[in-house]
Amino acid sequence: MSAAPFRLKTGGRIARERPLSFTFDGRRFEGFAGDTLASALLAHGVATVARSFKFHRRRGIYTASSDEPNALVSLGGGGRHEPNARATDTELFDGLAARSQNCWPSVNFDLMAVNGWFAPILKAGFYYKTFMGPTRGAWRVYEHVIRRAAGLGKATLQRDPDTYEHGHLFCDVLVAGAGPAGLAAALAAGRAGARVIVCEQQPRTGGQLLDQPADGPGDDWRRRIMDELAGLATVRIMTRTSVFGAYDGGTFGLIERLFDHVREPPGRQPRQRSWTLRCGHAVIATGATERAIVFANNDRPGIMLASAIGSMINRYAVLPGRAVVLFTNNDSAYDVACDAARAGAAVTLVDVRRQPPAKRSGRCRDAGVAIIAGHGVIAAAGRKSVSGVHIAPVDASDDTRFLACDLLGVSGGWTPAVHLMSHRGARPLYDEGLACFVPGDMSPGQSAAGACAGAFALSACIAQGLAAGREAAGLCGFARTRKPLRTSIEIDDAWEMPIEPYWASPVNGRTKSAPRFVDLQNDVTISDIELAHREGFVSLEHLKRYTTLGMGTDQGKTSNVAALALMAGLRGCAVSDVGTTTFRPPYMPVAIGALAGPRVGPRLQPRRLSPMHDWHRDHGAVYIQAGLWERPWYYPGPGESLEQCYIREARQTRKTVGLTDVSPLGKIDVQGPDAAEFLNRVYINGWKKLAVGKARYGVMLREDGIVADDGTTSRLADEHYFMTTTTANAGAVMARLEFLLQTAWPDLKVHVTSVSDQWAGMAVAGPRSRDLLAGLIRDVDFSAEGLPFMGLAHGSVRAIPVRILRVSYSGELAYELYCPAGFGHELWDRVFGAGADFDLVVYGLEAMGTMRIEKGHVAGPEIDGRTSAGDLGLGRMASTKKPFIGSVLMRRDGLRDASRPALVGIRPVERTQRLSAGAILCEPGRHEGHGIGHVSSITFSPQMGCDIALALVSGGLAREGDIVDAVFSMRDETVAVRIVNPVFFDPGGERLRG
Amino acid sequence: MIRIDCPYCGARDHTEFSYGGDASVPRPDIACEDIKAWSDYVFLRDNPRGAHSEFWHHVNGCREWLIVKRDTATHEVAAVLPARGNMP
Repeated sequence: MSAAPFRLKTGGRIARERPLSFTFDGRRFEGFAGDTLASALLAHGVATVARSFKFHRRRGIYTASSDEPNALVSLGGGGRHEPNARATDTELFDGLAARSQNCWPSVNFDLMAVNGWFAPILKAGFYYKTFMGPTRGAWRVYEHVIRRAAGLGKATLQRDPDTYEHGHLFCDVLVAGAGPAGLAAALAAGRAGARVIVCEQQPRTGGQLLDQPADGPGDDWRRRIMDELAGLATVRIMTRTSVFGAYDGGTFGLIERLFDHVREPPGRQPRQRSWTLRCGHAVIATGATERAIVFANNDRPGIMLASAIGSMINRYAVLPGRAVVLFTNNDSAYDVACDAARAGAAVTLVDVRRQPPAKRSGRCRDAGVAIIAGHGVIAAAGRKSVSGVHIAPVDASDDTRFLACDLLGVSGGWTPAVHLMSHRGARPLYDEGLACFVPGDMSPGQSAAGACAGAFALSACIAQGLAAGREAAGLCGFARTRKPLRTSIEIDDAWEMPIEPYWASPVNGRTKSAPRFVDLQNDVTISDIELAHREGFVSLEHLKRYTTLGMGTDQGKTSNVAALALMAGLRGCAVSDVGTTTFRPPYMPVAIGALAGPRVGPRLQPRRLSPMHDWHRDHGAVYIQAGLWERPWYYPGPGESLEQCYIREARQTRKTVGLTDVSPLGKIDVQGPDAAEFLNRVYINGWKKLAVGKARYGVMLREDGIVADDGTTSRLADEHYFMTTTTANAGAVMARLEFLLQTAWPDLKVHVTSVSDQWAGMAVAGPRSRDLLAGLIRDVDFSAEGLPFMGLAHGSVRAIPVRILRVSYSGELAYELYCPAGFGHELWDRVFGAGADFDLVVYGLEAMGTMRIEKGHVAGPEIDGRTSAGDLGLGRMASTKKPFIGSVLMRRDGLRDASRPALVGIRPVERTQRLSAGAILCEPGRHEGHGIGHVSSITFSPQMGCDIALALVSGGLAREGDIVDAVFSMRDETVAVRIVNPVFFDPGGERLRG
Repeated sequence: MIRIDCPYCGARDHTEFSYGGDASVPRPDIACEDIKAWSDYVFLRDNPRGAHSEFWHHVNGCREWLIVKRDTATHEVAAVLPARGNMP
């Protein structure tokens, strides 16, 4: 552990009584509670903390905020590894372990720095120019080298051990930012009686006041306001909480970092929480970001924003240099110069303006600051870190002189953080006087106050905050007034002299070949912008994408305005004519884990389980995901494969009896005097003549005449029907029926209720199913006359009421049993128990599919949103005596074309050959275009002893007997197949009617 | 996040609803056999930037179909009506 040579003996807002120990690249350091990783590193004089994106140049700490372009580090280890954390807003804690990124073997000796030698060719558009056209193949060769050499931190592949939460917040007034403007707004709105939520991304409130010397008038003001806010019950202040996006209807996205500032969250508490906040009105008080000025080698460690030096001195009691040069075009750096001089540094202030501000100059000179007006920094000197600057008069760049320094602060002016306003589409406007973009027309429900609205003096920030808070509360209906507030502040920091726009220093003979960085994070230089301009990428959106300017974790917060001003200069137009790029959420990087919240792994989506789920689990079912349902796929015996298993299940069902779970089918209870008419309109076939106690298969079309769904519906009573739908379409059919009843046919007296979850369902199929059920359900006559095919009966097993439908999906003599869901497991147990005497087999979804394909029944792969009833061989079901949904448009020409692909069966000519679902059918030897159809469902058929499939082929059954090719290009596979009738098994239906 | 003031349930997030398409075109009567009338109803839609009338289903709420007057550019909701009795 080493002493901290750059830590000031007094001052700051750190807790010196709470020393903390941390490591950077394995080296141990000490800091204090209240430090950031950046301030603690600077206290120890650690200059180089990162290597740059492309050229691997040394980079130091540039800001003291979340806008940091350079100082990105990796934190933590294992599953808690976090890449690209900004050292500048990472709160120090005991045991923090940080590592530098994008360097090898180390940040101080990085072999990848050879990239810097190639800087002349690694310019804008390098990839497009080098790897497109004839040299495109080279990309394959060099991609992994390039991807390794360029970039930021690497994500971990391990599971994040921490948890994240989602929450919802409601308030009248949201205040984004708790600087002087935000606190004033919160106070005014809170005193009016509004429910106020104040969000501050830093660990404490105060904003720019925290950059003022501790225990001065700024702190007095802050304490006074915070005390009063604490007394307002309707005001909630959330620190470490960022408002990252503004969305429709007063909705905002928030990230609350609950336990990023400790090694791991205590107990099982979440690390971060993402909030969806809805408010009546939002006061945006997000402050402003200081921006850079471009000059040669302006990326050297030891060069920082001027305000960051102020932060380091006044917040963290760190003076990161002994000899300080400040380079500015505006008044704000003068205050930093005073603070640095008072802290013991030798300070020279270089102002591009010929006329420095009088009062501030006086204060600076009193503190011992040397002021050089009308000059600019042309270049920084020094290799590992800055050792001096070459300055020159603004109008004579070759007339340089050298100032030695070990710290250079730069202030190119201030950029209001207009992001949250712009997320809602409001375009910021360029203010020539302030040389920055300020909010233009506000979006409804928002107002702006303070520095983000272009107010750079404390008194103006406070006045704007008070007015905005009062107005926001008023808009939400809170107009209570109280005694006048004592909110004035005893600090006069209003600018005396206007800012002088100054974006980049000129080059001179000495600095011609040195890079001048506009965007530090992406290594974008002025030359890149000039190149983009020469090549025609003059629109800012094109400039951004061509050069990568303004991308990455900082989104160019400290660099964008300079870049677009430089482009305006090249184009010879005003900055306002260039405009800004589009601002999109999030404002700052947001962890994907926080957005996912608890919805990860098994909680990604709801699981739907059948009432018999536990039985399946206990009997070794392998599950398959079907939509949200977990359905038994097959029940393997020891060592049995899927194919062996489903063949056994299907074969035994056809031989004796099988039992399967059909609970996931959609079930809809249809009641009312007009129920028959309603069914007549939604199904293509007729329903008026269906007797009570009978079931019927029905097909529904979409409005455009394409098949939507199929299922059986049975008539329980005169005005009471029980509809089943496919599992996949259960929700959509229900919503459609509700739509039709509520909007198209409100005159029909019908009510529909989804009862999918209320009824368990199971199918008992196979030649011995009748005998099995007759023994189990004694109060029902199971004879062919008593319960014929498509008949319905009501019976009971002990106290369990059972609804019995004699319908068959498998083509066997079969019954579907339905009972209240709570009895499902018990009824299943009893059927299974009774089945022991009948050699019963339980079968899963795969065997069910096999039997339906053998029987030529269509399912999802055939009802694919493109097929008409005619295509599926169901055209004759369509009634011509009544209108129904889709009845008109199913007759449009395109759907009646005889060449449309229609349902057929196919099997390989060579019986041992296997088929592939998704194969394209082609005329023999003519494998071109989309072929003449495709294979939709395949299975091995135990009955046929070979693979069989359903397919849709142009011409349909007119092609019966033809041999065509089934081509599966993915495996370069061609199988000669014969087109056959899709009903492979029991075409006469003797078995199911028996 | 659009907020929809369901006439039956009160203001709710749009995540409780599902979008049901354009509500500005009158539906032909079920007995209408004119293929053009049905084609126009099913396929022909304006795609306005600005005021729009559309169906939303309060699928995770009261399950009523609603007509929402929404600005497609700003997402501002001007009115929410039950579809029952307010069909074009």
